[in-house]
Amino acid sequence: MQVNGEFKPLIVAFCCNWCSYAGADLAGNNRLNYPAEVKIIRVPCSCRVNPMFILRAFQRGADGVILCGCHPGDCHYTSGNYYTRRRMALLFSMLDYLGIEKERTRVEWVSAAEGAKFAATMNDFVEKVTALGENKRLEDLRCKK
Amino acid sequence: MQEIKREDLIAKAAQLLADGTVDRVIGWKKGEFDYDVTPAVFTSKEELENEFVWNDFCGANFSKYLRKEAEKTESKAAVFLKPCDTYSFNQLLTEHKFDREKVYAVGVPCNGMLDDSKIKAAANGISSVSEENGKVAVETLYDGKITLERNEMLAERCVNCKSKKHVAYDELLGEDGEVLDSARFDEVAKIEAMSADERFAFWQNELSRCIRCNACRNICPACTCEKCVFDNPDSGVENKAIADSFEEKMFHIIRAFHVVGRCTDCGECSRVCPQNIPLHLLNRKFIKDINGFYGDYQAGAEAGSRAPIVDFTKEDLEPGEAVERGGENA
Repeated sequence: MQVNGEFKPLIVAFCCNWCSYAGADLAGNNRLNYPAEVKIIRVPCSCRVNPMFILRAFQRGADGVILCGCHPGDCHYTSGNYYTRRRMALLFSMLDYLGIEKERTRVEWVSAAEGAKFAATMNDFVEKVTALGENKRLEDLRCKK
Repeated sequence: MQEIKREDLIAKAAQLLADGTVDRVIGWKKGEFDYDVTPAVFTSKEELENEFVWNDFCGANFSKYLRKEAEKTESKAAVFLKPCDTYSFNQLLTEHKFDREKVYAVGVPCNGMLDDSKIKAAANGISSVSEENGKVAVETLYDGKITLERNEMLAERCVNCKSKKHVAYDELLGEDGEVLDSARFDEVAKIEAMSADERFAFWQNELSRCIRCNACRNICPACTCEKCVFDNPDSGVENKAIADSFEEKMFHIIRAFHVVGRCTDCGECSRVCPQNIPLHLLNRKFIKDINGFYGDYQAGAEAGSRAPIVDFTKEDLEPGEAVERGGENA
């Protein structure tokens, strides 16, 4: 998205209800800054995220997609994030194989106590995606405004 | 040339029908041309003798047909399975997709099947294809008879055959082979070695030919959902014609992802693709990654095995590390 001639990326962050979403809340409570380009979508567990969600986010105009969940071993549902880890390793590797920039996708484990980590992760991710520029390789022209 | 003869297969099928073991046989029959061999169900010896075909074009994997065919009557159906088909057979059994008691599986050895598109590229106006002294003899309308080397006409999946061993059968005709040490990941490694821009250009070029005929999905023995995500009007990718290049990427990524850990690498997707898109290279990338990240796993090698995608260990690789490794995971 171009704002006043400057590129502002659109970032979709899938955050699990039990850890990362609370972590984002903590970042807010602590007045920690992270870019407003990050749009958070709350999911019950990181393993709720289907590969289709990630592709769909890119289709609808996201320039980067980040998936945040509880640290391995801390999943509210015991093992959800272990499955996420395997699925996303395979999916991201496939996206890289198709020549889609690997910096556009990321998985981070953020606990409810890690507000600072959440803000730092988002700042870093937005910076990386801004440097990459607009998502051209997984865009859908019909969804462009 | 196939080791086992058509007559032997017909004799076996006729005997199974005669002694009442089965009431129908799933086999191959001639299509419009010699290279169009289509799957068919035979119920009598006469039908078998008139129409049954066993040649270098019997590529169709019958495992998927069992899902619907096994339910049709109370009695058993006989099916001919090549070594690679038996992997799909086991995989479908693992997923409880058909009743093992309703199927009589006859293993047949295979010396590799030919790719009709390679023959068509080498000969114009094919009127018949036959075999002569281990070579492929093609009668053409314009250039008379052309003789082609069999090895050069082999289907890609057969050039890199992963196994000549049958992993499931009730009865085996001929000799069983061994699991082979194939070079099937070489092509994937070659793509991985390209730069991201080259990879993108390569796949853009391949996938843009997709006409969304859904043949790859329909033939796939691993694609057995009652209702497919792509049949959902809300999926955004159900249109027949592709309106945006995003759709073909979405379709092919998701198609390959949905069979992760269940794809036996039978190569049917690439065989049926009317646009000759190397779809197996997407599936093989996943297989290569699984082998590299989580240890060697061959779907269908034994019935009841647990696929790596529905399993985990506490020490698994992080997705970021997986991507950083790129192609160097083997």
